[in-house]
Amino acid sequence: MKTYFAISTLALAAGFAAPACAQQKLVPAQSEIAFTSKQMGVPVDGKFKKFDAQVAFDPKKPDAAKIAFSIDIGSATLGSPETEAELVKPDWFNTKLFPQATFQSSAVKATGPGKFDVAGKLVIKGATHDVVVPVALAQAGANTTASGAFVIKRLDFKIGDGDWKDTSMVANDVQVKFKLTLTGVSAL
Amino acid sequence: MNASLNNRYTPVAIAFHWLLAVAIVCSFCVGLYMSDLSMSPTRLKLFNWHKWAGMTIFALSALRLLWRLTHRPPADVPMPAWQQRAAHAAHVALYALFFAVPLAGWAYSSSAGFPVVVYGVLPLPDFVPVDKGLAEILKTLHHWLAFTLALVVVAHVGAALKHHFLDRDGLLLRMWPRKPSLTS
Repeated sequence: MKTYFAISTLALAAGFAAPACAQQKLVPAQSEIAFTSKQMGVPVDGKFKKFDAQVAFDPKKPDAAKIAFSIDIGSATLGSPETEAELVKPDWFNTKLFPQATFQSSAVKATGPGKFDVAGKLVIKGATHDVVVPVALAQAGANTTASGAFVIKRLDFKIGDGDWKDTSMVANDVQVKFKLTLTGVSAL
Repeated sequence: MNASLNNRYTPVAIAFHWLLAVAIVCSFCVGLYMSDLSMSPTRLKLFNWHKWAGMTIFALSALRLLWRLTHRPPADVPMPAWQQRAAHAAHVALYALFFAVPLAGWAYSSSAGFPVVVYGVLPLPDFVPVDKGLAEILKTLHHWLAFTLALVVVAHVGAALKHHFLDRDGLLLRMWPRKPSLTS
């Protein structure tokens, strides 16, 4: 009876009042990382189907937050089968050599109610660049949705090398959009 | 004898005819060539040029149709009734295909997830959803409509040449860019 009580208390604590430094969990089915590149003015949307996040984040203490991401580059979809077959090649993502892209936060600061700037290092195809990602949080029930968008320069990461360097064909700017659903984030 | 001397299409109709003839033949050839290319900047360029050309043909054909409906073409040269009917049917088919081929191509592009952006600056709306199965169907449709257009064009050109060179009825002069001089 005592154990039962202890377990249910723990469950309650985990479910409704997660301790400040607990790891939050990503809900992959309700999360999305998408990107849009422009080919001769034509926006072409792509998605990463597999990714994971390690998040330790308390909205009250953004300074202490640690956010890490890993994206399975091989899970990218983009337009047609022809373009997808091209993506894995050395000129583009070189998926064999660089199967993952990662992000590791270095500083998180609040910019408004439910709004944060997450600065960190983005590593794609072996190249590391600093990015600042604006994130907006929205809470509904046990879920917290973090969404935002930022722009990267594909040539900074040598994505589309060789014959594809010409930015009049494929624009240098690539818009990255994300919507990540987390559980266990304490109230804003 | 030569009734065609003063029996010509209007200069605007003649300009539309030859401009679109060149544009359609070029687009058809580019379309044939590009579809077998492996992915490369060249392929991407040709695909986009082909789409821009197709949309330009579509727009010019709309203007041409307006002109055609408001300006009476010259009377038919004398020929058997069945040939007259065949010629007119071919003209109707050509006009229908001037619109059907680019429309099917536009829809195919949209359904494949590549919206058409004319000249890289003018985004066209997608009137079909992004759907791989639908894209396959529209690709086939675009292909066969284009080949049907090619077939009607060959018949149209063949008939015109037959009239001009075998029947010697001067039919070609009605559409020739330069008015023939009376002495020739």
